[in-house]
Amino acid sequence: MGFISEHSVLVASLIKIAVLLFIVMTALAYLTWFERKVVAHIQSRWGPYYVGAHGLLQPLADGLKFLFKEDFTPPASDKLVYILAPFLALTLSLTAIALIPFGSPELHFLHGQQIFLVSNSNIGLIYLFAITSMGVYGVALAGWSSNSKYPLLGGLRSSAQMISYEVSLTISVVGVLLLAGTLNFNGIIEGQRGYWLGFWPRWHFLPQIVGFLCYLTAAIAETNRIPFDLPEAETELVAGFHTEYSSFKFAMFFMAEYANMITVSCLATILFFGGWLSPFPDSWHWQLYLPGACLLALGVYCAIDAATRMHGLAKLQLGVVTVLSLGIGAICLTPWVAPYVQGPFWFTLKVLVFLFFYVWVRGTLPRFRYDQLMSFGWKFLLPVSLANLVITALVLVFPAFSRHA
Amino acid sequence: MIVPAIVFFACALLAVTGAILLILSREPIHSALSLILVMIALAILYLLLGAEFISAIQIIVYAGAVMVLFVFVIMLLNAGVEERTDFSKLAKFVGLPLGFFLLLVVARWLYTSRAGSVIGHGAEAVTQGFSTRALSAELFQQYLFNFEATSILILIAILGALVLARKNP
Repeated sequence: MGFISEHSVLVASLIKIAVLLFIVMTALAYLTWFERKVVAHIQSRWGPYYVGAHGLLQPLADGLKFLFKEDFTPPASDKLVYILAPFLALTLSLTAIALIPFGSPELHFLHGQQIFLVSNSNIGLIYLFAITSMGVYGVALAGWSSNSKYPLLGGLRSSAQMISYEVSLTISVVGVLLLAGTLNFNGIIEGQRGYWLGFWPRWHFLPQIVGFLCYLTAAIAETNRIPFDLPEAETELVAGFHTEYSSFKFAMFFMAEYANMITVSCLATILFFGGWLSPFPDSWHWQLYLPGACLLALGVYCAIDAATRMHGLAKLQLGVVTVLSLGIGAICLTPWVAPYVQGPFWFTLKVLVFLFFYVWVRGTLPRFRYDQLMSFGWKFLLPVSLANLVITALVLVFPAFSRHA
Repeated sequence: MIVPAIVFFACALLAVTGAILLILSREPIHSALSLILVMIALAILYLLLGAEFISAIQIIVYAGAVMVLFVFVIMLLNAGVEERTDFSKLAKFVGLPLGFFLLLVVARWLYTSRAGSVIGHGAEAVTQGFSTRALSAELFQQYLFNFEATSILILIAILGALVLARKNP
């Protein structure tokens, strides 16, 4: 006990990091399932269906496949950098998630340690940008070290693209910082508490709608997703920067991309949509039971689906999902657990909306041409986000709109 | 106070190793990577001194922007392995002794001054919360002229690059 109370920060941080890592890794795996399912339905297909009920075990099968494939290193490559690149990409994108608060800092466990945030830095946002600004190395070095034509072109493209859009991304966020007056994530979220006209949440996305749209666009480009996925444009560059990568090193790039998707969605949620705040007033007490009720509804849906449409093994698998969601739903309904799941529930819901948006865009838009990408970034997105910043600053100077008024 | 000391010596070792590798490696990309290592180690040292903002900005500006451009240019030019030249006589008989002399002077200054004693206090500053607000107030009030003068200097440099890069002068 003495050891734990003395080193409670360290112990709590290690526990939180382990749990977070587990959750994020699972989320990454199921994000690929989610993406394939949604894109398939957009294109009138079924998507993964045969490995597990509704293809639910597909991520596991994919993971095993990646592990057992031959890990080939091109002989002419720069070995050290070739191995370093995927590690760098994955490590940096996972580190960034550690800065995200998933729930209220007032909830504690283990000697007063905050339960839903690994780090509560005063300048969380700047740290996040510091980590993500390094992310370009993974892609650029992978392209260079492969010592091959297409990866090099992909690496070059990605460096240019990520530098260009990082500028707009950062500037589009500064408007929110001016409104919030702090760089701490919890401060930014707390600043969005309350309602306009009694019912509309004071989230930043309405006063910062231009900044929000700029952020959303730049974020897609930063994560190298369609329609900005020129670093790996398969019609032009085979597979771009990761052409020469196979087996688990390829999977690491894949995971890094999805982790980056989650990070930018989390950031959008925190900055523009009130983070873990509920959209409903505190006086609506029934919302305390909403997470549990949602899980119970999911469980009932799975039960009906398993009973009516599934056969054999799939029936059993869906049965397990049913029992899990009913069980966790019931636990969430108890008065001891309900306040704790509140924040993470709303946070996850908002992040899921953004992730769906990402996938939706991927299923809808064609890829840009390279010159279109560059001229859009520098000649449209950057001026608009700069104008948004200047106008926000000017409005805040007026005493009527000032934070301190 | 043992943890800050461990972090300090680990980062110091990393920075020095990076700096030596930067000079010794013959592949330009390896040199660039070593320089990034130095930058990151320095950023952690700043953090140890309680300057979180400077530490994060150090990573964003140097490791995240300047060095990305370095790497980008090296990749764009597809620069090959460096050629080694013979040690010139000037470097051998004047440069090396001067370098050692400089090292001695710095070491003596560090030894006699109390610069080292600041490091232990850094952890307290971090936990107490270093104010970015105070830094910006200093920067935009007391040192406003210097700040603006620097930005104009950078603007001139950008214009200069544009003039040099123009195809039809």
